[in-house]
Amino acid sequence: MTLVLDLTLCALILAVALATVLGGGVFRAIVFFIVYGLLLSVAWVRLDAVDVALAEAAIGAGLTGVLFLSAFGKLARIGAEAEPPAARIRGFLPAALACAGLTGALAWAWFALPVPERPAPDLATALPRAGVENPVTAVLLNFRAWDTLLESIVLLAALIGVWMLARDEDWHDRFGLPQHVRPGGVMANFGRLLPPVGVLVGVYLVYVGADRPGGAFQGGTVLAAVGLVAALAGLLRPPRVTQIVWRMGLVAGPLVFLVAGIVGAILGAGFLTLPEPIAGSAIFVIEIALAISIAVTLAFLVIGPPEQGHRE
Amino acid sequence: MTGSTLYALTGAALVGIGFFGLISAQHLMRRVVAFNLIGSGLFVFLGAAGARSGASDPIPQALIITGIVVALSASALAIGLVVAHARASRRPTLPEEDGEA
Repeated sequence: MTLVLDLTLCALILAVALATVLGGGVFRAIVFFIVYGLLLSVAWVRLDAVDVALAEAAIGAGLTGVLFLSAFGKLARIGAEAEPPAARIRGFLPAALACAGLTGALAWAWFALPVPERPAPDLATALPRAGVENPVTAVLLNFRAWDTLLESIVLLAALIGVWMLARDEDWHDRFGLPQHVRPGGVMANFGRLLPPVGVLVGVYLVYVGADRPGGAFQGGTVLAAVGLVAALAGLLRPPRVTQIVWRMGLVAGPLVFLVAGIVGAILGAGFLTLPEPIAGSAIFVIEIALAISIAVTLAFLVIGPPEQGHRE
Repeated sequence: MTGSTLYALTGAALVGIGFFGLISAQHLMRRVVAFNLIGSGLFVFLGAAGARSGASDPIPQALIITGIVVALSASALAIGLVVAHARASRRPTLPEEDGEA
């Protein structure tokens, strides 16, 4: 029975992925990609990875979808949203063969790889000292804290890259394009209905992340989505690059993370190694600061650089 | 065939499908979408490897969550470049492909 479910799910995922690549029109590809992300998050639940399922649904399907759709809107404004006619037939067979070879090589690697010994014995002995019960949070914020610290800095670097694409004369304007919403329409109503629920879910995901599936990334993404929904419904005017409060929000997470790492070094445990007695409370503080930074950074990344449309 | 093998093969197929989209599409937005297909296919492959011996392994899960967030930030930068390029050239394709279109 479960095999039938897995087979159906995988077939659906592959069919939607094919439709994303082969279907005509950019808009259709984006819509299929969002459906694909949602199906994929179900697959993550089937793989017993609920933390990843939450991240995939919130980021992979949700924020990436908003990013693509808003970019499609910007391209449509300049008349560059249509595909060049009859261009996609060129080189069909060599490309298909190359990709079949790539898939075949990956499948071969799967059967050639040795089956690992699980559950990892080192992790099981270290977990009681991590300060949190959710093993994924323990790995993210304690055992592999370097990865997560550098990741939060990568987010900042990407945002700086996006901001560098703003034109000089737009720099002091608000982010993204202004939104025009029909009063009493679907968007206006959803813009009022969703944010309270979203804030509750986002804060809960951050809070519960220490012991159960959830955490700073999933919760922060939901909070970013709340801000975007309110902005898209025209209820919240996007801020400007020059506002110092928002800039502080951007760096709060990496900064608190770094300070916690230095405190660990001072206490003799080593840089980014949390000493056992304070690990639980330190992870809680880091998670809250990271969630704030992730929410602000992701929302700004998706909404795009400042644009002059607000002045019209 | 076990569940993790099924998902690993699905992930391998997704990488192939995404790679096909990346090299065959001309509209730059479609390429960014296809690039995301490759990334998520690799995540599924890695996640299936983590679930291979029954118990789920938190280490690949943490790496995948990191990867998903980095993929979004890379996509945002790529999309920003696509929009800036389209604004400058009025075309959503690369200059060397305009002649063939």
